[in-house]
Amino acid sequence: MSSDQASSEKLPVTVLTGYLGAGKTTLLNRILSEPHGKKYAVIVNEFGEIGIDNELVVGADEEVFEMNNGCICCTVRGDLIRIIEGLMRRKGKFDAIIVETTGLADPAPVAQTFFVDENVGRRTKLDAVVTVADAKWLKDRLKDAPEAKNQIAFADVILLNKIDLVTPAELREVEARIRAINPYAKLHKTERSQIALSEILGRNAFDLDRILDIEPEFLNTGDGHDHDHDHDHGHDHHHHDHGGLKHYHDEDMQSVSLNTDKPLSPDKFFPWVQKLVAEDGPAILRCKGILNFKDDPDRFVFQGVHMILDGDHQRPWKDGEKRNSRLVFIGRKLPEEKIRTGFETCVA
Amino acid sequence: MTDTGTAPNTPSVVERTRTIAAGAPVVAVHFLGRIAALVLGEEAVLLVPDKGDEQRLSLHGGGILSAASDGVSAITGGDDGKVFSTDAKGESRLIATDSKRRWIDQVAAGPDGAVAWSAGKTAFVQAGKGEPKSLDVPSTVGGLAFAHKGVRVAIAHYSGVTMWFPNAQAAPEVLEWKGSHHHVAFSPNGQFLVTAMQESALHGWRVVDAKHMRMSGYSARVRSFAWTAGGKWLATSGSEQLVLWPFQGKDGPMGKQPKMFAAFAVRVTAVACHPKQEVVAVGYADGTVLLVRTDDGAEVLGKKPGEGPVSALGWDAAGTLLAFGTEAGEAGVIDLG
Repeated sequence: MSSDQASSEKLPVTVLTGYLGAGKTTLLNRILSEPHGKKYAVIVNEFGEIGIDNELVVGADEEVFEMNNGCICCTVRGDLIRIIEGLMRRKGKFDAIIVETTGLADPAPVAQTFFVDENVGRRTKLDAVVTVADAKWLKDRLKDAPEAKNQIAFADVILLNKIDLVTPAELREVEARIRAINPYAKLHKTERSQIALSEILGRNAFDLDRILDIEPEFLNTGDGHDHDHDHDHGHDHHHHDHGGLKHYHDEDMQSVSLNTDKPLSPDKFFPWVQKLVAEDGPAILRCKGILNFKDDPDRFVFQGVHMILDGDHQRPWKDGEKRNSRLVFIGRKLPEEKIRTGFETCVA
Repeated sequence: MTDTGTAPNTPSVVERTRTIAAGAPVVAVHFLGRIAALVLGEEAVLLVPDKGDEQRLSLHGGGILSAASDGVSAITGGDDGKVFSTDAKGESRLIATDSKRRWIDQVAAGPDGAVAWSAGKTAFVQAGKGEPKSLDVPSTVGGLAFAHKGVRVAIAHYSGVTMWFPNAQAAPEVLEWKGSHHHVAFSPNGQFLVTAMQESALHGWRVVDAKHMRMSGYSARVRSFAWTAGGKWLATSGSEQLVLWPFQGKDGPMGKQPKMFAAFAVRVTAVACHPKQEVVAVGYADGTVLLVRTDDGAEVLGKKPGEGPVSALGWDAAGTLLAFGTEAGEAGVIDLG
């Protein structure tokens, strides 16, 4: 990025996705009506659904355009480019932008817009993709709606909503299904989209400086948010699986994680990863990595969406910090063997 | 790298500048006679007369998204769904209010007071008395331009440009080219139509046979372009120098190389051609304005670097006044007379 504007001056943009009826509009109405002292410009796809009259609510048409740059999956939202430029006329009147997508939308063109259009990238930064999922119906949608699966795979934050409509066993089942697709997103269980807004806004999920840890989220136990056990012992008969998630393998959408203690060669790694996203970019929805290059005192971090990669030196490795390289790819029918053997050739 | 700024001995007209406190980003500047109309990013148009005080007109209830002028009136479109026309006396007229209060994304000024505007995928034309006429195009309108004669409007959108005769029964004609098309303009002789694309390139058509011309090699999206007096050159922003495409022949720039002058470390963000001489006012991302002669590239400094990119440049019809504005709200009128 050739921008010389500090990223802190850029307006954060949150992308809100979720299949039809999952609770996006409820969440948006809460964001717009609660007294949190912040003002949000909201780009919606259905004007009428938001019951609040707000001059900073803008209707969009979801016009997905292909770029003529030879990159086959490089699509952008033309309407977003126009609307964000227009909103910048009123800079100072709001603190952040929220983009709501339709239930059937692929989040990738929205995300790519922030990397492809220089003017948009100069003034705004993608903060996070937040996906609202319906605890009762997501399992079915994952079977019959590829869009729903895309939205889960793409998410940085997932709101598993309407948990009051399912049993604890059903809840664990759907959570396991989500984790089979995306083990890395922050997952919150909610009723009526009730969530502290700080959990979904201002996440900096695309900020290279914030790529600190890419361990799977579900390994982080004991966070105090999960109270399932109390209910289980009372009236749930499936005692055998309490306290842990079942492990599913999703045949369609997976994540591949790579890890090595051996220092990598930048001269081998960059050509490999660029070739990988050029060839398999359509299958790779998201990727992230922290890299340990030979003779380099700094951590190198990168993240990407389909064929677009963004990377930089982050900070020096600390004394005593374990110097290893970790990469994660989330995608559809990923060529796992090819990725693993290719990565092995990047060792210095 | 070549030059990275103006040479120390570059002649200057900076001392002829009347500085204006715009107080807001300047979106566009148009001259109504000798009065400069500075269109601001929000709500207001600032009229700057030759002598005496500025007049601030509050028109829109929000951001101003687009502006155009025929030299008599300044047309503005806002996110309040309104289109206004403002004359040199400071009298404003509401031309239209969108029925659904959609943003007015584009406006254009045509012959005999005709005005065009767009909201989403719909383009409107008001020519003479009566109700405005409208046309829906396949995707959101990215740019609008009137032909120099007759009532004919070019509507840029995704995958091409629709040529519309609002007063004729004939179906609109579409000039196709894949990609997203924004700003659109006819050459002064009406023979060529050029659009700025989402990619860092311009696309052109010879109007008579729709023959394509592609002008690329820019480091950024081209946000500003204009033909020099008489239409010999197409001056363009989007690169770290002024890029001039030759339009002298009947084939336009097809198979020819552009001329490049006034190389800088930062990009050209706005251009405006002198109405009579082969001179282009060039605004840069660091706030510098240069006057560049297209024959030999001779430079005159119009404005020193400032706080933000130059976002608006405009000449009066006589070519003695040049007004500028920046994204940071700097503005001024240079009197060259």
